[in-house]
Amino acid sequence: MQFREGQVRIPSGCAISGIMNRKGNLFSGNDIIKSIALMHDRSNGLGGGFAAYGIYPEYADFYAIHMFYESGACRETTETFLNEHFEIEIGGKIPTRKVASVTNAPIIWRYFVQPKPDRLLQSGLEVDEYVAQCVMRINSEYSGAFVVSSGKNMGAFKGVGYPEDMGEFYKLDTYKGYLWTAHGRFPTNTPGWWGGAHPFTLLDWSIVHNGEISSYDANRRYLEMFGYKCSLQTDTEAITYIFDLLLRKHNLPLDVVVTAMAAPFWSAIERMEPEKRELVKSIRTVFGPLLVNGPFSIILGSRKGFVALNDRIKLRALVAAEKGDYVYVASEESAIREVCPQPDKVWAVAGGEPVIAMLEGVDQL
Amino acid sequence: MNIDFRTPEYSIHRDGVRCTNCRICVHQCANEAHIWDEKQKKVLADDIKCVNCHRCVLTCPTRALSIGSYPLEFKPNAHWTPHYITSIFKQASSGAMLLAGMGTDKPYPVYWDHLLINASQVTNPSIDPLREPMELKTFLGRKPDSLKIENGKLTEKMPPQLELETPIMFAAMSFGAISLNAMTSLAIAAEKMGTFYNTGEGGLHSSLYKYGKNTIVQVASGRFGVHTDYLWAGSAIEIKIGQGAKPGIGGHLPGEKVGLDVSLTRMIPEGSDAISPAPHHDIYSIEDLRQLIYSLKEATDYSKPVAVKIAAVHNIAAIASGAARAGADIIVIDGFRGGTGAAPLRTRDNVGIPIELALAAVDSRLRSESIRHQVSLVVAGSIRCSSDVIKAIAIGADACYIGSAALMALGCHMCQKCYTGKCNWGIATQNPNLTKRLDPVAGAERAANLLKAWSHEIKEMLGGMGINALESLRGNRLMLRGIGLTEKELSILGVKHAGE
Ligand code: SF4
Ligand code: SF4
Repeated sequence: MQFREGQVRIPSGCAISGIMNRKGNLFSGNDIIKSIALMHDRSNGLGGGFAAYGIYPEYADFYAIHMFYESGACRETTETFLNEHFEIEIGGKIPTRKVASVTNAPIIWRYFVQPKPDRLLQSGLEVDEYVAQCVMRINSEYSGAFVVSSGKNMGAFKGVGYPEDMGEFYKLDTYKGYLWTAHGRFPTNTPGWWGGAHPFTLLDWSIVHNGEISSYDANRRYLEMFGYKCSLQTDTEAITYIFDLLLRKHNLPLDVVVTAMAAPFWSAIERMEPEKRELVKSIRTVFGPLLVNGPFSIILGSRKGFVALNDRIKLRALVAAEKGDYVYVASEESAIREVCPQPDKVWAVAGGEPVIAMLEGVDQL
Repeated sequence: MNIDFRTPEYSIHRDGVRCTNCRICVHQCANEAHIWDEKQKKVLADDIKCVNCHRCVLTCPTRALSIGSYPLEFKPNAHWTPHYITSIFKQASSGAMLLAGMGTDKPYPVYWDHLLINASQVTNPSIDPLREPMELKTFLGRKPDSLKIENGKLTEKMPPQLELETPIMFAAMSFGAISLNAMTSLAIAAEKMGTFYNTGEGGLHSSLYKYGKNTIVQVASGRFGVHTDYLWAGSAIEIKIGQGAKPGIGGHLPGEKVGLDVSLTRMIPEGSDAISPAPHHDIYSIEDLRQLIYSLKEATDYSKPVAVKIAAVHNIAAIASGAARAGADIIVIDGFRGGTGAAPLRTRDNVGIPIELALAAVDSRLRSESIRHQVSLVVAGSIRCSSDVIKAIAIGADACYIGSAALMALGCHMCQKCYTGKCNWGIATQNPNLTKRLDPVAGAERAANLLKAWSHEIKEMLGGMGINALESLRGNRLMLRGIGLTEKELSILGVKHAGE
């Protein structure tokens, strides 16, 4: 029997890459595919995927819901749910290409939607929270259906296969975005489930992640108190929810969130100025359960930019570079140089120190 | 003929060749098990008085002594074991309750021994505590849902927290039940190790106020020694509702133990019995508890966390949830194996539930009600070693209290005769000839060493799990697997079975 994410915890190693244009200029998916393809050996063909921002300018105000369905029947039941909760502007198959190595693809659809105003009013929720709760309900209650992404003017494209094959399959060369992230997966098990590939997303957030966190259950059990359902049992899912809780729900500044997730050591806190010391101490005291422990490197994408982060003792590789308006991060320097041979600046990202790249004029993620 | 049915439990073996009749054992044994026979000019033993505390064995200069079980057997009977037969003899003779000291010695399941800890291999590196920082710092107290921050500054003050350098504290043991030297030892050790000791219900001796920063002061049903300065003296206040060794029962310190010092500290007349009622007479329900919690907070200007200590009983999850909602900042759960100075034996051995199950049930309940983070959980009653601490924290505790283990560090040999006032190790006694045997400086060193050793071991195991800060282990039940447990036990503990 094969297990999937959600039934069992599957540790995996990986490659990640991200490219952004700070001016918001759009560029095709070719570069990100080339970059992640260079790290072919860091994946094993059991998962690859991309998140792309800025790709749906004509529907920029709609939530773009990307879906996987295992059968026509579960598409119908899920669409009933979608119809009840949302006004669907337009829906249809996501165009794909035949790629020899990509098999067993589910039914892949996308919809551009807005919450039904009366439903939204009834729920008493903020609009983002309404959408987030609908997404979590589909993922936990509609078997055979999986929400791949649900943000505005963005989308996730993923599946079982090498990432470069996924890029080909989804025709990412034909999309244009200002921020791309990519993931190649090396799971230690063979789930072969499309939903289990990265990126994991919620609303605008997308996470690509390399590592296996040892704090998973402590993180998960804390998140569940705040209404999150960790139905996939993956680190990526938990990390996405941590960002969502701290950034969106608690409305905390990004530096505070980073401090919570990759906290400085107490010995470093002792040496801080009194005011800073008190702040960081309080962050660790209150958000200790959200410290992400064990090796990880992640790229959190959002409409406004991205943040790349390493665990606090840097147990995973992460390199960053800049060239003009472009910012690059990747598991390996070579993956950056493949698409940007002469960067202005290249550096190894220090443990716990975020690389923050934001669109011009934006100051918070 | 009138036969006394009592028979010795232990027999004292004195090696006739080694013994020099120096009479050290005679002076050392407060139970008078060693007697100097003037006529024969030699030391004899009265086995029936021996409690097997090893004091004589360890002080005999020629190693002439050893103690064994008294070689007396009843006809084997699986139901009427010697314990029940001799208990009936005792009660038929005395007409009194049986008393016992320390925690129950019955072979109930020890769940710590049915839990195994995880370690990292390949997919996730283990961390070497000799090369990398390994953090055990722990905060006890109420945590808000989030922080209010403006321009890099906190705009709302944090609720008061206890800051522990290691997640182990010394449990409540009162002055009266234990000696001043024993308390002083624990106070010094707590200060040295950056943790806390607890006064128990007997007030705070004037010489211990200087350790206030590392003190948790207790308020129990007898209110002994409770006054404003006392409440302000410590870093936290603990309301004692119940005790694991004797849930539902009050306390009784016999008048003989109430000498001048104890009388002054407890604020009761010298020589009078100190009786703690079973319930607090102002707490007959959860709303009354709330009033006491807030009276204590008012009395100390909301500057100290208030803990509520409850015994692990059947309905513990609901009780703990009530205590959290009543305003407790810390909930202390004392398991049924917890020690005591004196308890009715049948209560000690039969009332309450194991701390492992109680902790798991409480942690799960508080989480399902989304209030777990608002309150800290401290567990007590049977923590024997560093791996017990790790397991408790992985199930969901914030920190542990150690009582029996702390006393063993000071020399306690678990003879379970604390209620007699004749503790040969100078711990559970107020007899100055005995208390002087415990040097508080040496005692503090040993108690601190124990915490140091356990902390090293905890760091080693944390690193093995790929974790470098204790908060990432807290409630991280995936780091545990059960062994030899039923489905029901696994589901209460919230862990998978080994191999899963
Ligand atoms: S202390 Fe040892 S040597 Fe001295 S009298 Fe007792 S048994 Fe004999
Ligand atoms: S404290 Fe003293 S009397 Fe009590 S068990 Fe320990 S050695 Fe025996």
